[in-house]
Amino acid sequence: MNAEPRILNTPAEVTLAEAFSASRGHLPGDAAVAAARAVAFDAFQKKGLPHRRTEAWRYTDLRVLLRSVPPAPPAAPASIASAALLPGLDRARLVIVDGAYRPELSDLSGLDGVEVTSLATLLDQGDERVGALAGRLDDAMVALNTAMMTGGVAIRVPAGLDVTRAVEIAHVTSGAYSVFARNLISVGAGASLRVVESFTGPDAAASVANIVTEAVIGDRAKVTWAKLQAEGNAAVHLSTTAVSIGGESQFDHLTLMTGASISRSQSFVTYGGEFARAGLFGATMIGGKQHADIMLGVDHAVPNGASRELFKAVMDGKADGIFQGRIVVRPGAQKVDGKMMTQGLLLSEDASFSVKPELEIFADDVQCAHGATSGEIDEDMLFYLLSRGLPRAEAETLLVTAFLAEAIEGLGDEAIGEAFEQVARDWLADRKTLS
Amino acid sequence: MTAVRSVAAGMNGQIKMLSIKNLHASVGDREILRGVNLEVPTGQVHAIMGPNGSGKSTLSYVLAGRDGYDITDGSIVFGGEEIVETPAEERAAKGIFLAFQYPLEIPGVATMTFLKAAMNAQRKARGEAELTTPDFMRRVKVAAEKLNVTQEMLRRPLNVGFSGGEKKRNEILQMALLEPKLAILDETDSGLDIDALKTVSDGVNALRAPNRSMLVITHYQRLLDHIVPDVVHVMAAGRIVRSGGPELALELEANGYADYVGAAAA
Amino acid sequence: MPAVQETVDQVRRIDVDQYKYGFVTDIESDRAPKGLSEDIVRYISAKKNEPEWMLEWRLEAYRRWLTMTEPTWARVHYPKIDFDDLYYYSAPKSTKGPKSLDEVDPELLATYEKLGIPLREREILAGVEGASDRRVAVDAVFDSVSVVTTFKEELKKAGVIFCAISEAIREYPDLVRKYLGSVVPTSDNFYATLNSAVFSDGSFVYVPEGVRCPMELSTYFRINERNTGQFERTLIIAEKGAYVSYLEGCTAPMRDENQLHAAVVELVALDDAEIKYSTVQNWYPGDKDGKGGIYNFVTKRGDCRGARSKISWTQVETGSAITWKYPSCILRGDESQGEFYSIAVSNGYQQVDSGTKMIHLGKNTRSRIISKGIAAGRSDNTYRGLVSAHRKASGARNFTNCDSLLIGDQCGAHTVPYIESKNASAVFEHEATTSKIADDQLFYCLQRGLTSEEAVALIVNGFVKDVIQQLPMEFAVEAQKLISISLEGSVG
Ligand SMILES: Nc1ncnc2c1ncn2[C@@H]1O[C@H](COP(=O)(O)OP(=O)(O)O)[C@@H](O)[C@H]1O
Ligand SMILES: [Mg+2]
Repeated sequence: MNAEPRILNTPAEVTLAEAFSASRGHLPGDAAVAAARAVAFDAFQKKGLPHRRTEAWRYTDLRVLLRSVPPAPPAAPASIASAALLPGLDRARLVIVDGAYRPELSDLSGLDGVEVTSLATLLDQGDERVGALAGRLDDAMVALNTAMMTGGVAIRVPAGLDVTRAVEIAHVTSGAYSVFARNLISVGAGASLRVVESFTGPDAAASVANIVTEAVIGDRAKVTWAKLQAEGNAAVHLSTTAVSIGGESQFDHLTLMTGASISRSQSFVTYGGEFARAGLFGATMIGGKQHADIMLGVDHAVPNGASRELFKAVMDGKADGIFQGRIVVRPGAQKVDGKMMTQGLLLSEDASFSVKPELEIFADDVQCAHGATSGEIDEDMLFYLLSRGLPRAEAETLLVTAFLAEAIEGLGDEAIGEAFEQVARDWLADRKTLS
Repeated sequence: MTAVRSVAAGMNGQIKMLSIKNLHASVGDREILRGVNLEVPTGQVHAIMGPNGSGKSTLSYVLAGRDGYDITDGSIVFGGEEIVETPAEERAAKGIFLAFQYPLEIPGVATMTFLKAAMNAQRKARGEAELTTPDFMRRVKVAAEKLNVTQEMLRRPLNVGFSGGEKKRNEILQMALLEPKLAILDETDSGLDIDALKTVSDGVNALRAPNRSMLVITHYQRLLDHIVPDVVHVMAAGRIVRSGGPELALELEANGYADYVGAAAA
Repeated sequence: MPAVQETVDQVRRIDVDQYKYGFVTDIESDRAPKGLSEDIVRYISAKKNEPEWMLEWRLEAYRRWLTMTEPTWARVHYPKIDFDDLYYYSAPKSTKGPKSLDEVDPELLATYEKLGIPLREREILAGVEGASDRRVAVDAVFDSVSVVTTFKEELKKAGVIFCAISEAIREYPDLVRKYLGSVVPTSDNFYATLNSAVFSDGSFVYVPEGVRCPMELSTYFRINERNTGQFERTLIIAEKGAYVSYLEGCTAPMRDENQLHAAVVELVALDDAEIKYSTVQNWYPGDKDGKGGIYNFVTKRGDCRGARSKISWTQVETGSAITWKYPSCILRGDESQGEFYSIAVSNGYQQVDSGTKMIHLGKNTRSRIISKGIAAGRSDNTYRGLVSAHRKASGARNFTNCDSLLIGDQCGAHTVPYIESKNASAVFEHEATTSKIADDQLFYCLQRGLTSEEAVALIVNGFVKDVIQQLPMEFAVEAQKLISISLEGSVG
């Protein structure tokens, strides 16, 4: 509709334009990267911040929600307190502070044979992996990330290597800064990897994080990936994961959203080879005035793919929970099996839940389905538990935990699942003391 | 204790476990229970029979304290205490157990987890110590074996994917573990084949005790061949319209409920 | 597998020229000059002898329309419409608005007869098989005017007003002024606003308090003239405790160019009233190469304004090159109910983007959506729907089921539901599936001796049964036949 170039006009858009012209001279990367940044920023400017009429962002209007943009982080951020996140989960840690990979804070033990590189280094050398997947996304915030990315980490698992120790990519924001990070993950044919992505920051800091991760998963590889968004309570979190999965690979992904004031997590999964299977799960737990939006795109570009999606959201207080999911089956992608389920549980009168589960199907020999429900705690189940003597609060907690657990357990990784379920239990325990 | 006893002791000196007087209950503007009077002495098993829709399940829900019913008149005295205002979970802790006509499926809650949560919640409410895990496991194992409840069933989410018979056995298993003072069994026989009926009845009979009362709700006489009651009541149109010995059940089996349906409507 | 392959092959060979209502009636007509301007709006208003307020209303809509742009969010693609290259008014010369049947041009009567729409009251009595005592009153709209309305007198006795809207504007101005535009405001959307400026005719129904309309009411729309837009406007009001069932049917000749149909339908149900609105839409879909056909851009909305009121939409959409249509319910009254039952069949190069909106505003409101989409040939078939509960809509309930069936591998079936709950006690359930006719189902039928066409027909009929059941009997038979014809090649 809007063919003519837009004029930047929200204060946030103006600040971003200023920030880009101020920083473009010293952002990492060779000449090709610099050119790509300019093209990307141009694309961002044409679109502007996503808004109500941007169909994919209809429930998260950044022109309204993003009032201002904080400054870039200081060059050498102060040392940061290591968060006591996910206790009991054994994992290697790659720490990224304010968008810069910090090897000295990281723990790479158990990652023998895995190549870990700072993204800034890759940009300076030029690497075809950067933008290979993100470049195909038609999304203003991804374009902005491409223009402004400062650093991050690249992980390469060679073919056939079975990495048993989980790897955490820990994104830590140290204060009210704008953070643009980019990560790359490549998993070779037949290899396996367990990833935990975490996002944390201090409360009361109005940070804006825009993080993009590109992952290429080879044929017959197996990747389990759990994302924990536990940012500080004033943060804005915008993250995008673009994944291409190879033939006969298995990709399981879980997004747990509990932090930030405004958050949007996007995942785009493209089937690059036949007989790949993806399990995509989500668990949102929010309260107060939190706004959490999960966007999922599943692109069955080839035949014989299977996908399972299960997204659960629990909203308390005045929180807004959102899920948009889209399964696309391209012409000729026969024998695709895609099932998507979304369920919202409203714990308070003022909470809200919006869902848009979409099927876009161009091949006839498919089995695709989606379902969605919204409601409060089931009265009959609650009574059953009460009649067995459970106190109301405990009965509610049990039901909510069970509700979320179904999605968390879908990941199929016991250790990670247990650690994430603990996050859910902690959230419920906090909730009780609040109310 | 003496004060409680003086309230609970009936005219004949028997101790009343449950005493319902003139109980009226409605949903919205529809009155379903229209003056139920019923006394169950401690240690006795009473059966309530009656046509479909007469209010049997409603009575069981009202006794267990389910929300959504307006108690417009009458009283429910349990163990000497008025409980009309008592919340469901406290009634459970006091010893009222309801085996549901349609046991709920609760996805995501493992049966084992649920049993432990329920047993400990009740113990806590009574001021007792929580069970240790080995103690809990032992109790479950013993009770489950008697009822043909397999370990595999116990690991599955509560009632999810259970057959009708498995659900009913699971209800009786809970009853065995929670050791209630008053057990209300709502159509526990429905949907059971003859072997399952025997298993369930044996389970129930094993739980008969001098300090425990039972209210067995059923539509058919055949359950009462297995669980022989002390008293049989007939419920029609929201009231107890007749009471008698076990022979009353046989009479109903022979003649049906037609008389009562007609009488109640008049 | 061979059976499926055969079906697919047959669908590929499909010839949409099966359209049997594609003839043209040769009749002289009175047309407004081509194009749209304030003068054209005044011309239409003057042709209809409208009062000044109506003209003002139209002009206001026209001025608003000039500031609007065409919506682009639907999944439909078509070349830009040149709104200045259309005729906005066309009427058979012989007819100056509805009058008694004896005065109607015999050519027109013959046209309706050929379409299977009996306009002679006596024939109607005899005509409907198996329902000899069931009668249907018909308002026949030919291009821009209503040519005749049957059973008017008998309905009047019951207090029911059933007439052309142009007549209602003159005869019942108070009712029209009170309700027209109260459900679909003149500013609602591009096509509704256009309609408000230039609507030509359509039906008006008023059922007074406590009256159960003694027969089914129906309107039959026919586009005949070349390059003519049809912009009908329907307004149905059911007063407290009233009941009415209304049927709508549509056809058009086969023409190479696309024709625009942009209707607005408004329903108002007051306390305890019920309106049942059924549509069998069979506009010309275009030929096998996607040439020609109707652009069906329609705004239909019902307002359950009163407590315990009920509005039920049932639609069978088989025609049109492009369908853009979302019959909706605003559930304003407490305990009001909305229903949407839909079958949308697309074949050839047809594009369907249709669905509903259920807006829950009142307490304990209920809605139910059953949508069955069948895509064949090279068509695209999209269900798009919104279910929302506002803050105050406690106890709201919705159940949605949308299933899509794909026949052949060149078509697309899409499901785009929006579910928005701002009330914890609102319970929404949505389920959707997309599949093809299962090989084992087909095999089962073949094994029992059915041909593959019969088998597909049988299975498709089973697929749409839930919706067909909602139609009045006369329509149900018709609808089933239509679906078969639309899927000609894959269905016997
Ligand atoms: N929640 C309810 N709302 C309205 N009517 C109810 C409700 N529960 C039960 N009833 C009605 O009350 C009557 C008694 O039901 P119920 O107690 O289930 O009977 P029974 O168990 O004896 O078959 C029936 O007519 C039933 O439809
Ligand atoms: Mg019952």
